[in-house]
Amino acid sequence: MSGKTLAEKIIGAHTAKGEVSPGEVVIVKVDYTFSHDAAGPLLINQIKKLNAGSLETDKDRTIFFIDHAVPSPTKELSNDQAKVRNYSLSNGMVLSDAGNGICHQVMAEDYSSPGDLIVGTDSHTCTSGGLGAFATGMGATDIAVAMKLRKTWLRVPESLRVKVEGRLGKGVFAKDLILKTLSHLGTDGATYKSIEFEGPAIDDLDVYGRLTLTNMAVEAGAKTGIIASDEKTRQYLREFDREEEWKPLGADEDAIYESELELDADPLEPQVALPSSPDNVKPVTEVHDVKVNEVFIGSCTNTRIEDMRTVARIFQGQKKAPGLKLIVTPSSQKVYLKCVKEGIVETLINAGAIVTPAGCGVCFGALGGIPADGDVIFSSSNRNFPGRTGNPKADTFLGSPATAAATAIAGIISDPREYL
Amino acid sequence: MSLRSNLPELAKHTLEDARKEFPQSVKEGDFVVAGSNFGMGSSREQAPLVIKMCGVRAVVAKSFARIFYRNAINIGLPAIVCNTAEIDEGDELELRLSEAKLINLTKKIDIDFPKMSKTMEAILNEGGLLPYVEKYGDLLLA
Repeated sequence: MSGKTLAEKIIGAHTAKGEVSPGEVVIVKVDYTFSHDAAGPLLINQIKKLNAGSLETDKDRTIFFIDHAVPSPTKELSNDQAKVRNYSLSNGMVLSDAGNGICHQVMAEDYSSPGDLIVGTDSHTCTSGGLGAFATGMGATDIAVAMKLRKTWLRVPESLRVKVEGRLGKGVFAKDLILKTLSHLGTDGATYKSIEFEGPAIDDLDVYGRLTLTNMAVEAGAKTGIIASDEKTRQYLREFDREEEWKPLGADEDAIYESELELDADPLEPQVALPSSPDNVKPVTEVHDVKVNEVFIGSCTNTRIEDMRTVARIFQGQKKAPGLKLIVTPSSQKVYLKCVKEGIVETLINAGAIVTPAGCGVCFGALGGIPADGDVIFSSSNRNFPGRTGNPKADTFLGSPATAAATAIAGIISDPREYL
Repeated sequence: MSLRSNLPELAKHTLEDARKEFPQSVKEGDFVVAGSNFGMGSSREQAPLVIKMCGVRAVVAKSFARIFYRNAINIGLPAIVCNTAEIDEGDELELRLSEAKLINLTKKIDIDFPKMSKTMEAILNEGGLLPYVEKYGDLLLA
């Protein structure tokens, strides 16, 4: 019997037979199910049509988030949110209300732990893979069924190993590494697969950075991205008073990977994804004279506290470029509060930023910060498809929060290493 | 996003970024034929739902983004992975799911595709995941 990858181990442990191989379709028990204000209304319609199963099981592991458009900018969205809020409260499920944070961030702070199998109605559900969980996004009907039956069907994915040697240099972050990875894989290079990140550079990353890597696994089409659970994972869970949920978990030495990508972190420079695809990537040193009208530092990809501390170091005593719009959205209320206590919010305001409540924000154009025709946005988020930020006549570039901060100061896309 | 809970209104914009006239010109029983990674970038079930609401019988593509694929099956819209190079606009197609065969009646070509897993085929045969679970009361391995 050959060894198992992380995905195979976790999926296997959630099946009746205990062991699985790639390509098999299996029924798995789920540990957490969640939805949000964007998919929740449809999910609730579907759940109401379903007689099978019960809503009484694992109510404390069924979570509804209001995060996509907060505070709600229209009466239609307010009505959607009211539906989600009332449904979860009246059924005794967990409600993470507007302002509490982006679902993936809050899952990683309060719920996900190594070895969990998590399904949610959002493509970036894979973020929790940074904690050694198997987490994947599905549609509303899928999650409606999973909420009631506490199980779902899965095709066991083939695994793709991304092995990263070396160590990220100063001013170079997990975001740069995942953009580099995407430049190799393309937006369909890992379709249906599990991307398993390992190697010295990954061991060296704290969980904050790991969550950025796994978050964008879906940008290569992957079913999930996973990283082994180790002492760094333990330390992270301790920070959130959940150390008892820690366990070590890694792939077997003789696990079989369908393919492998080897990268070296040592020579890696800050990376930028050009319009209009996250795999259209160049080092920042090759992006010249791109004037930017708006900088967004936010989203489930970045703006954890480590990102905010880096950004504050860059903005310390600096001002944004005249006429540039700078919007900063912490990923959760917990991050926001830390930013207040540590003086980060003050630094941001002094730099000329608008600091908004925690939520998805500018990332997908549902509320404030929609660019004007012809605007260029530099964003720390995960997608730059045309129209993603609410105006198809604007162009979006992606990069790390540090690159975004440097860009906001200079007014043109800039290398953060000059500011750190 | 304000239209998200208003499916009939949303359906009027189906695939308009790819083909502006699509919502007006699509007819009951039409096939959508696409290239690679169709449905990229979202978990939103509204995407295949509005395509189905337009009367589309099946979506045929060289490859699909996985969540779109799953959602399509779950709402009872066949999503077929096959070589679409020999299909042109206006060709008449016949889908034989159980034989894993798409027939281009215009060009008189059979296009084979990998057989779907039994679980997926069973879900499609019941018209989607909800009717499937209602019928069997559970999720079962086909």
